[in-house]
Amino acid sequence: MQFGLETIGRRGVNFVRITGGLFVLLGRFIVSLKHAHKSFGLILEQLYVLGVKSLPLIVIISIFVGAVSAWQAAYQFKFIGAPLRLLGHAVGKAVVIELAPVLSAIVFAGRVGAGVAAELGTMKVTEQIDALESMGINPIRYLAMPRIIACVFMVPFLVVFANFIAIMGGLIVSVIGVDVSSETFLNGFKDSFQLKDFVNGLVKAAVFGLSIGLVGCYEGFAASGGAQGVGKATTTSVVISSVLILIFNFLFAVILFRV
Amino acid sequence: MADAFISIRDLFKGFGAQEVLSGVSLDINKGESVAIIGQSGCGKSVLLKHLIQLLEPDSGQVLIEGEDVTALHGRALVKLRSRVGMLFQSSALFDSLTVAENVGLGLKETEHLDDATIERTVREKLDMVGLGDILEKMPSQLSGGMRKRVGLARAIANNPEVLLYDEPTTGLDPITADLIDNMIVELNQKLNVTSIAVTHDMKSAFKIASRIIMLYQGKVEIDGSPEEIKNTTNPVVRQFIEGSSIGPVQVQ
Repeated sequence: MQFGLETIGRRGVNFVRITGGLFVLLGRFIVSLKHAHKSFGLILEQLYVLGVKSLPLIVIISIFVGAVSAWQAAYQFKFIGAPLRLLGHAVGKAVVIELAPVLSAIVFAGRVGAGVAAELGTMKVTEQIDALESMGINPIRYLAMPRIIACVFMVPFLVVFANFIAIMGGLIVSVIGVDVSSETFLNGFKDSFQLKDFVNGLVKAAVFGLSIGLVGCYEGFAASGGAQGVGKATTTSVVISSVLILIFNFLFAVILFRV
Repeated sequence: MADAFISIRDLFKGFGAQEVLSGVSLDINKGESVAIIGQSGCGKSVLLKHLIQLLEPDSGQVLIEGEDVTALHGRALVKLRSRVGMLFQSSALFDSLTVAENVGLGLKETEHLDDATIERTVREKLDMVGLGDILEKMPSQLSGGMRKRVGLARAIANNPEVLLYDEPTTGLDPITADLIDNMIVELNQKLNVTSIAVTHDMKSAFKIASRIIMLYQGKVEIDGSPEEIKNTTNPVVRQFIEGSSIGPVQVQ
């Protein structure tokens, strides 16, 4: 019993510590934005390294996300006797509102959030962050700010591609596997498409990107104790940012889509 | 000594339940070369990091020219740090930058110098440590001794008044360690700096320092000239400089 209470207490303290740390980092990130012009080159570099280089992975997952959505929708349609001409409609809504933003963000957290935590964590345990500070360079401005900005802009950028590719994936499966013509599929998609869904998806993606960047940087800066510490920071950053993505996604759904 | 250049007053620092510094007080005058010796884990590096607020004390003060370093922040802290150069134990070179970029980073990011001045300064500093021909190499391509020398060039890049050396010879072979020691002596004289080296290498301490301070159990155990240290009868200091596992100092 005592062990149970102790564990709960420790986890509770940990939760408060991480939440507080994330808010402090968010505040310091916002303050550092006034020096963003000094870090223009670093921001461009991170936009490329974190964002553009994630594009191939996002393309691959999006094809299959679209494909499986079309397949499963067709299966359900048959089950309930719904007309297959609505397939483009169903796939389009699912992809634009939920699947592209959420799955792209989770994959991004796995690739980029983990990478940022590992890179900054290694810098922390090898005293490179101390070295930066000793030279009067603010690690938030030099390391965290360019990475967080890159995450905020590049997750929505990737979601635009993910939307397009996933719809193509759905289209291919519909034409080849379900025997729905491309015209029927695309007409269904066009009928259902609302700009507000697309924009909401991008806004969500930016919030997910902010969470991924903040958590990756926070965990990296908090790493201690050598290789094991860096490994722990990396894993924790993926776990926390994935959970945050799903929580924020639910909150967005409740706010944006009144039942 | 109220007018000491660097004055550490009653410094306490602990990590969790473990107290590392238990009231360290010492004064360092301008131009002195001080070596701080002591067992691994006795708080030497922790003490050094307090001088530029890489760590904050639990209590106590660190004064440089009467100004309390522990209370500085923002621009005042950046200004203080620009007066101090530090060589880290693991060299702490930035993996993703070339040697030249490593040495010139502070000049670019905090001094905002133009590219030509940075390039000239980087060459000059790397020449001073005998590495003028490896500008474009990455840190991963360098040996331990070369990394330390690049770290030295980076520490002196903006002509600091104070140089801090954290275990400058740890992990190096004896010949390279001696080379680094000679380089430190030469740089201290040439740049006319106040230097503080943290080390447990007694050969190095005797060579580079004009004054040696030993930390033991979180406090200053002895403070004297190299001659005084060599001739002391203090059993703790004798055991340490003779490198014996038998004596009052228990190995943890």
